[in-house]
Amino acid sequence: MAFGKPDLGSIMPKGAAFDPALVNKIMGKFGHSGFLDMEYVGHGDDWVELSVDWREDLVADPETGILASAVIISLIDNATSMSIWTKLGEFRPQVTMDLRIDYLRPSPSGERVYGRGICYHLTNSIGFVRGFAHNGNPDEPLAHASGTFIRIGDRV
Amino acid sequence: MTQLPLPLPPYARALDMAIVDELDGAPVIGMPFTDRVQGRPNFLHGGAISGLLEIAAIAAIHQALRAKGSDAAIKQVNVTVDFMRGGMSQMTFAVGEVTRLGRTMANVEARAWQEDRDKPIAMGYMHYLIKAKRPV
Repeated sequence: MAFGKPDLGSIMPKGAAFDPALVNKIMGKFGHSGFLDMEYVGHGDDWVELSVDWREDLVADPETGILASAVIISLIDNATSMSIWTKLGEFRPQVTMDLRIDYLRPSPSGERVYGRGICYHLTNSIGFVRGFAHNGNPDEPLAHASGTFIRIGDRV
Repeated sequence: MTQLPLPLPPYARALDMAIVDELDGAPVIGMPFTDRVQGRPNFLHGGAISGLLEIAAIAAIHQALRAKGSDAAIKQVNVTVDFMRGGMSQMTFAVGEVTRLGRTMANVEARAWQEDRDKPIAMGYMHYLIKAKRPV
């Protein structure tokens, strides 16, 4: 398969409010997010929730069926990244500076995992985010996350 | 070539990771650039880089445990990933270093690089719980 080349700057019409559901339809189907088959779940003013279904080839420990930690990282990375664009109301080029995940418990074998990303502060260059992952009930998180994104290049 | 006590897990195999070398006793994991690890066009996805770091960390800790004659299991408590450079569309390598292996926990650092090991594209810092297997 040829490499997908989603260009978010051209997907989002200039002046249009950032739409995480629409963007995930494109971003979530290409590359690594496509491999994980990331689905849009919901969003608010400053948060976006995405999900990934359990799959045998995403497992890090075949004995327990526990998902690779990096599946949760990818999920939180995408959700928090999109939460910045959602809070900002538009797309802007940015990269992840760092991300920390605390695992409160493993995600059980066979269960879909949800990742919510929240942008709690924005400066001209940095987006401060936190997030959490759960298996369907946000009151029973399996992981907590925090991180920062740095803006690169110019506003589109 | 390092003899790993286990085949790489399904997640690692799905992303075409393989043990390609050994460094100070720890396995070096290689991951080719494919569509499955791509984020923004022609760059690695941060999650895929994190995945490579994770597999390198797990491989290093298994190696360290085995060297001690331990068959203990591990459970990840947390991870911090610093993304330092964009991952280009080429082969990426990672190796883990067990900076401390105690009876109850282990600290592991993993480094991912492409052409030059002194220019890491990302570093991962992990804490693992060591869970001794109960005697049967």
